[in-house]
Amino acid sequence: MSGSSGLLAEGQDLRIVGFLCNWCSYGGADTAGVARFEQPTDLRVIRVPCSGRIDPLFIARALMSGADGVLVSGCHPRDCHYAEGNFYARRRFEMLKQFLSVTGIDPERFHYTWVSASEGQRWQDVVTSFTERIHKLGPAPKMSGGTGYDEECLKEIAAAVSCGEQCPCHKEKA
Amino acid sequence: MQALAELKEQIRQALPDLDVVIGWQQGFDALHTRPLFIRSEEDIDKLVVNEFCVVNPASYLRELRGGKKVGLVLKGCDSRSVIELLQEDLLKEEDLTIFGFGCNGILNHTKLQARFGELGFIQSIENDGANVTVVVGDNKETVPFTELCADKCLTCVYPNTLQCSHFVGEESTKKPESEKNKALEEFEKLSLEERFAFWQDQMRRCIRCYACRNACPMCVCKDHCIANSREPKWLSEEVDVQNNFMFQLIHVMHLTGRCVECGECERACPMDIPIMLLRRKMAGVIRDVFAYNAGTNAEDTPPLMCFKVEEPTIEERH
Repeated sequence: MSGSSGLLAEGQDLRIVGFLCNWCSYGGADTAGVARFEQPTDLRVIRVPCSGRIDPLFIARALMSGADGVLVSGCHPRDCHYAEGNFYARRRFEMLKQFLSVTGIDPERFHYTWVSASEGQRWQDVVTSFTERIHKLGPAPKMSGGTGYDEECLKEIAAAVSCGEQCPCHKEKA
Repeated sequence: MQALAELKEQIRQALPDLDVVIGWQQGFDALHTRPLFIRSEEDIDKLVVNEFCVVNPASYLRELRGGKKVGLVLKGCDSRSVIELLQEDLLKEEDLTIFGFGCNGILNHTKLQARFGELGFIQSIENDGANVTVVVGDNKETVPFTELCADKCLTCVYPNTLQCSHFVGEESTKKPESEKNKALEEFEKLSLEERFAFWQDQMRRCIRCYACRNACPMCVCKDHCIANSREPKWLSEEVDVQNNFMFQLIHVMHLTGRCVECGECERACPMDIPIMLLRRKMAGVIRDVFAYNAGTNAEDTPPLMCFKVEEPTIEERH
């Protein structure tokens, strides 16, 4: 199904996972919906009690499992419903964001921001700009599945076995 | 070795008040040491301290928690793991007696093997600090120490045991060869696609034996590791690239701001997968953002266990 929104070029929807805090961003997204702001349809929202509930591993797991982007949104700092959840969250997300590049996963695929319950318009901007960014990057590179022995690997092993005593590992030992 | 005799004497005096002292003893050949658990007087004589003492004795502390009085012979890098555990209130300072010394670097068996082939052929090995002389058959070869030592020793800034109760010998004046780890610097020059392909390739070799986790002194919840839990199920038992890589990410994330870069995980890896690249990167990020070095001061709070309302080093994302 292609996104029906006029905001993005026609094309395949990508998978974007959104973790939204129950108290601000989920309300903000709701406000945007009630106000009928047009939004791209790539985002799948997961509601969490607080941005402090989000283990950075949720984000890693989503990216490893084939999400093309992950958007995390919580209350603005100082406005946390639980007083300090997002302060801890901010540190964790920043660590993850700066670390991601070494794994070869583009850090641009992960974005965290703060949207309050009244910021329907801002929510629309956040989702639209992030979705555009992900569409520019295109689908995420896929983890090669398999159990370590893909066809190429098996061919190599078969070739080594077929040469018997002549294979390099035997020569080294001789 | 004057200092070793002195160290043994210190242990002899402290032993009556301790349940066990962990150090190193000679392994099956000249190149290997194995952990030594000193429980009686006669065990003390088995103690060796040399450039092959690669194991981090702090890794055994988890099993010895709960009021046991433990003594430890620690290198500078090992002592950081103990301090980190003290910071997290996982150990009590009064239960620990730490015997320290100045370390001049340790050798890396993987590098030795790469340089000299099967280690079984090596008859004797001598290390004068700058060069390592190895006798293989009739050949005598001298190699600079920096080519054979563990990667962590090249960037080591804590050659002396930190916060120890007893210190023997002279303090080591070893200076780091370089500020940043060369392998990581080289790796970071690659493009994202190349890095991704590199890890795909490396993780294909991983057999998920969990040696990296079990050797890690900071993995304190080994018995309840989320990698093995069924509820929630983070990982399948299948050994494929995705699960292997996810496991590495779990390990790195759980060590964020706690990893003391002791290198035990990579040393324990039977497949020699360069997983320290990930750990070093994360430790580097922690250093950049929070100006914090894990396990250097028992009074500090690890950076992810606290926060500031205004983060001067984190860009505001309004």
